[in-house]
Amino acid sequence: MLQFLWNFDHELHFYSVCKLCSFYNMQLTLEFGGGLELLCNSVKIHNVNVELQNGAEKLTMKDLLSWIRTNLIKERPEMFMKGDTVRPGVLALVNDCDWELSGQLDTTLEEKDVVVFISTLHGG
Amino acid sequence: MSEMTRLPLASETSTKAAKRRALRPSLPYLKSSLLGSAFTLWDCYCDCDSMDHGGGEASAILRQLEDLKASKSEIERQISALEARFQEIALQQPNGSVSNGSCPPTIPSVGSGYGHDLSPQMIYRYSRHLLLPSFGVQGQSKLLKSSILVVGAGGLGSPVLLYLAASGVGRLGVVDHDVVELNNMHRQIIHTESFIGQPKVKSAAAACHSINSTIQVVEYQEPLRTSNALEIMSKYDIIVDATDNAPSRYMINDCCVVLGKPLVSGAAVGLEGQLTVFNYNGGPCYRCLFPTPPPTTACQRCSDAGVLGVVPGVIGCLQALEAIKIASAVGEPLSERMLLFDALSGRIRNVKIRGQSPQCVVCGVKAPFSKQQFQEFDYENFTHSPLTPLPLKLNLLQPDSRINSKEYKEKLVSGEAHVLVDVRPEHHFKIVSLPNSLNIPLSRLEARLPEITSALKEKEDQRGTDSGSGGQVYVICRRGNDSQRAVQYLQKMGFTSAKDIIGGLEGWAHEVDPNVPTY
Ligand SMILES: [Zn+2]
Repeated sequence: MLQFLWNFDHELHFYSVCKLCSFYNMQLTLEFGGGLELLCNSVKIHNVNVELQNGAEKLTMKDLLSWIRTNLIKERPEMFMKGDTVRPGVLALVNDCDWELSGQLDTTLEEKDVVVFISTLHGG
Repeated sequence: MSEMTRLPLASETSTKAAKRRALRPSLPYLKSSLLGSAFTLWDCYCDCDSMDHGGGEASAILRQLEDLKASKSEIERQISALEARFQEIALQQPNGSVSNGSCPPTIPSVGSGYGHDLSPQMIYRYSRHLLLPSFGVQGQSKLLKSSILVVGAGGLGSPVLLYLAASGVGRLGVVDHDVVELNNMHRQIIHTESFIGQPKVKSAAAACHSINSTIQVVEYQEPLRTSNALEIMSKYDIIVDATDNAPSRYMINDCCVVLGKPLVSGAAVGLEGQLTVFNYNGGPCYRCLFPTPPPTTACQRCSDAGVLGVVPGVIGCLQALEAIKIASAVGEPLSERMLLFDALSGRIRNVKIRGQSPQCVVCGVKAPFSKQQFQEFDYENFTHSPLTPLPLKLNLLQPDSRINSKEYKEKLVSGEAHVLVDVRPEHHFKIVSLPNSLNIPLSRLEARLPEITSALKEKEDQRGTDSGSGGQVYVICRRGNDSQRAVQYLQKMGFTSAKDIIGGLEGWAHEVDPNVPTY
């Protein structure tokens, strides 16, 4: 199945030299806004390496969401997700484009993609 | 040559129309000559009279000025009220106008003979708009004939209203039920200190009129509801959502869909803002994008999360821009796109959003929302939050687990051994706190429980002999909600006699010590 790693230097190094098992690393930029960053230690931009294991041919938004939930969300995951998708009021954007236009959970991600999650604001 | 002749002309005029006539031919010169005359005035008093006399004269003039300004704004208010009334009557007529030749139309059409109906004053006032090749006479004429409703005269609404008034939108409506407060001033820049305690719509209309006395401003000093929204919004071409809560946003959107009005929607909290145009030219509506309302816990409010004043200012300016673009039919309105503003990094992202959704329960082609459906829809129930947000008042605890601030004051006076835990976030605690309180933010309570235990122990040790009863724990927060959550948790963890202070620090400030600042 899928196995991932992220951008802790030592881990990255460890996996990068491990060529034996033909891992495929996908570099992505993830951004959180509208308050969602509070769920990931108040850090808005995360440069991550998401790893697909041998056998998996692609990375979808569905895969990415479960990776984020496991690896990035530090508290109150219900503020980010509901079921296997984002909660109501969260916009997901792949390369500045609403994921609704690219297939939502089935959107296939590519190297260097920028994925943004924004919680809609109501204040004024 | 003409300085001598022009000045008396300008100062002698009594009616507005006459004033405009006088200003028309030579405004650029007049500006400098007025300045000149002001200096002459002061010079004269300093030269001819003693300082005392001069000071007395000056203050008499100032008083007179104040009086005149007061009567001017009163007259403007009356004009505005009459114009609004006239507009209402005009709208009730089938042909949209009143058959009374003596009433001036809202936008004076001065058959200029230049192929447009801009009067000389309008040409001069809006000259920089007219000089824009892509805007020009055509754009300005459309703007002058347009009507725009701004819902909310707060942080977003302030710049929206100021710019729309300045740019010459023919009729500007403003809806707000609230009054101006001191803690609004840092971002709601349309209001001035002299209007504190007065209705925001009154303050906003006065500001708009002082910028542009030639436009009509209509005040709606009431909350927007399903019962009045259709009637109010139907009188305008474009709606600007400058509100601060989720149910209002759904309600305004749905009403725009029902009436077929474009909606310029902006929001700002903390250091971020969002902007888009809904229901424009076949584009999506708010519900296409957000069919299900978010959980109430995800709806941050400025009064809780804070907001940097200039952030709604930036978004409000952009809302005014979008409204002007739609009204003048210039440029590409931000439909099917959303602008995301991040103040801290100084970045603006412009993203593409989905189009109109055929499945949308409001604008979907299959079953569009009817006026009746709109009027019967319960927006507060739908979003689980009130249309006119009041501070949340939870009631989680049994009465014997709570004390009010006066009772706590008695405990303090009697010297009861206790620990006061303040569960607000650290940056709140830094604003103001009660003496001898222990700050443990609610989110850290679990991890820092031992601190309460040791603080209690310390109190008992200080007391020495009269231990046994054990120390009491009181919990305080800003308004008395988080303190109840904390007490619930503490009681579960064995601090069975823990009590919360009803109403929090705000209650304390109101009932015990008015010198404690509120925020
Ligand atoms: Zn819709």
